[in-house]
Amino acid sequence: MNKLTLTLAALFFGLTLGSARAHDGIVVASKTFTESYILGEIVKQTIQSAHETTVEHKKGLGKTGIVFAALRNGSIDLYTEYTGTISEELLKDKTLTTLNQMNAKLAPMGLAVGVPLGFNDTYAFAMPEATAAKLGISKISDLAKHPELRFGLSHEFLSRSDGWPGVSASYGLSSFQPKGIDHGLAYEALADGQIDVTDIYSTDAKINKYHLKVLEDDHKFFPAYDAVLLYRSDIPTRYPKSWAALQKLQGTITASTMVKMNAAAELDHRSFADIAKTFLRSGAHANFSKSGKGPAGLLGTIFDTDFWRLTREHLYLVFVSLLASILTGVPLGILAAKKRMAASSILSAVGIIQTIPSIALLVFLLSVTHTFGTVPALIALFLYALLPIVRNTYSGLLDIPQSLRESADALGLSWWHKLTIVEIPLASRSIMSGIKTSAVINVGTATIAAFVGAGGYGEKIVSGLAINDNTTLLAGAIPAALLAIIIQLLFDGLDRWIIPAGLRSKRA
Amino acid sequence: MYSVEDLTKTFGAHVALAPITKTFAEGETTVLIGQSGCGKSTLLRLLIGLTEPTSGSANFGGRLVDRNSVSEVRRSVGYMTQDGGLFPHLTAAKNVTLVADMLGRPASDTKSRVEELTKLVDIPPNLLSRFPAELSGGQKQRLSLMRALMLDPKVLLLDEPLGALDPITRHELQDQLKKIFANLKKTVILVTHDMGEAAFFGSEIILMRDGRVVQSGTAEELDKHPAEEYVSLFLNAQRGRVYSGAPDR
Repeated sequence: MNKLTLTLAALFFGLTLGSARAHDGIVVASKTFTESYILGEIVKQTIQSAHETTVEHKKGLGKTGIVFAALRNGSIDLYTEYTGTISEELLKDKTLTTLNQMNAKLAPMGLAVGVPLGFNDTYAFAMPEATAAKLGISKISDLAKHPELRFGLSHEFLSRSDGWPGVSASYGLSSFQPKGIDHGLAYEALADGQIDVTDIYSTDAKINKYHLKVLEDDHKFFPAYDAVLLYRSDIPTRYPKSWAALQKLQGTITASTMVKMNAAAELDHRSFADIAKTFLRSGAHANFSKSGKGPAGLLGTIFDTDFWRLTREHLYLVFVSLLASILTGVPLGILAAKKRMAASSILSAVGIIQTIPSIALLVFLLSVTHTFGTVPALIALFLYALLPIVRNTYSGLLDIPQSLRESADALGLSWWHKLTIVEIPLASRSIMSGIKTSAVINVGTATIAAFVGAGGYGEKIVSGLAINDNTTLLAGAIPAALLAIIIQLLFDGLDRWIIPAGLRSKRA
Repeated sequence: MYSVEDLTKTFGAHVALAPITKTFAEGETTVLIGQSGCGKSTLLRLLIGLTEPTSGSANFGGRLVDRNSVSEVRRSVGYMTQDGGLFPHLTAAKNVTLVADMLGRPASDTKSRVEELTKLVDIPPNLLSRFPAELSGGQKQRLSLMRALMLDPKVLLLDEPLGALDPITRHELQDQLKKIFANLKKTVILVTHDMGEAAFFGSEIILMRDGRVVQSGTAEELDKHPAEEYVSLFLNAQRGRVYSGAPDR
């Protein structure tokens, strides 16, 4: 591969890596479910109220692993986590039950845990009350007697050691074959009778609405999931006023308050910021379901305060990766066209990349780069954008009539002049259409980047999925679709500028 | 200037050019003629290195035409094909000055050379800003000739330069080309399949068939003293059906 191109690509990714790590003020994050979003907003507004520094909330940054990785590498400073998750999932040591024990393990990583918020959001199994009554099920141990029950469990629960693997062993449920289902969709699936049992959180907003029976954990399998703040240990000293304000949150949120706040978001479609504001103003006794404002509506949700940030992030992902793909893909296409020996390996390599599912590629890149967010997202988008550019450059060059190529040779043009003055301009229409295809595909694929915390319009799609809210989902999907159309038009205009006039004239 | 020695070209079992040894007369016009596939274009392409010989050699100014010398040879030779080979994305002017610009010739020299050539090939200067698609066949060939003459080469290699033109334009251009060749005293090697054209241009005519030279000489020699029956067959086939007798030029 062209050394110059490699250097440019490395430079780009280096720049991005740099920008991912440096930030001013405090960066708060949340995981991709309602409660985490609300708590993230409460933390953000509490820090704002201290008037000490700026604060950014990276909403729905990712699942536990991604958010924790972001905390460890300093991309974020703080998020709300649960004690059970910290001991079982993050520190992989069930014996850690107190905050002091956890802090002893977290200190070497430069992290700390503290400020228990006041509620325990443990895992639980739930099933429709009617089914439970009919079958006489009230405890988890009762489930083993009914092999006909269909389990639909969240992907995270299925894979966590304190989730399905542990609970099924403890209760002898391993003969069940649970299906993976997005948590936000599980309630509808229960209501439709597609599944009988799902995992829920004990502060779930929809327990009452969907008339669910929460089964008793009679083996006391699930550990306590007390909500706490997990933070970089330098935060209290760097921002003492903000920290003092955060400490006042200790013990202020009861389980019933949390259920109400979750319901306000999921059932009444109030914004997370609005709910957090109500809580901080009126405390636990606030009336969350009634609001001066109704639900924001689609337009309101699209043009939320974070619209421009998401647009900026999305454009950044699309264009930085596209630029890297052009700088790599065009030389690769030229190499393939010039060296028949290299052609088949280059074309099949970029073709194979295309067959890798985007989520799988992102997860692979997370583990390879030991980083999360923008960098793996950019690499993935860069790789996906290669095929159309390489292929169109290749075929554009091969489609140049033999007579013109010989004409260039017979004039005694150097290979560089032949390439730059004759061949690339003659192939420009094809090369441009490859770049255009990549750009439009990138706009769509970039929404996936939100799953690894790279932001962009995908953030709203992930949120929408997390809280099962179509309005939020559309607020991400519609701008992405419009952006794809705008970019298409933009490139049509660019054609006129780049493709030589002689190739565009009517008689050509 | 140009000579070939035991030059051959084969494609697998097919012999495109049987061994040929020949020195092309300097300052004269030599015509390669024959039916399609007789090897006349292959010979021309070997001279300018567009295809590599199977054996033997082509020499230009005493230098072997090979990988090392080919760029230099090409810049000392003007080459022109049936379709003109003009680049559709460049204006006529840019097509003509492309190589001069690449070699970094002073812009003022290039400009005066273009003016000179415009008069020589008789093309209206306003056409220079057009793209090839906006020009007629005759105009394209005039521009292609301008491009071939731009660096004032000692030799012109012309592969059916007038083959795609209508009869009137062709007639006109034949007259002009002959004048230009004579005035500039260029060594010209011209490929055609038209006997009338060959007789009109060529001091020497080389008739080829299936990759080998059948006979070389003046038109009169070929007509009066055919080396084999094929020579008469080829000449008679082109005497035409509209009027009888040999081409009248």
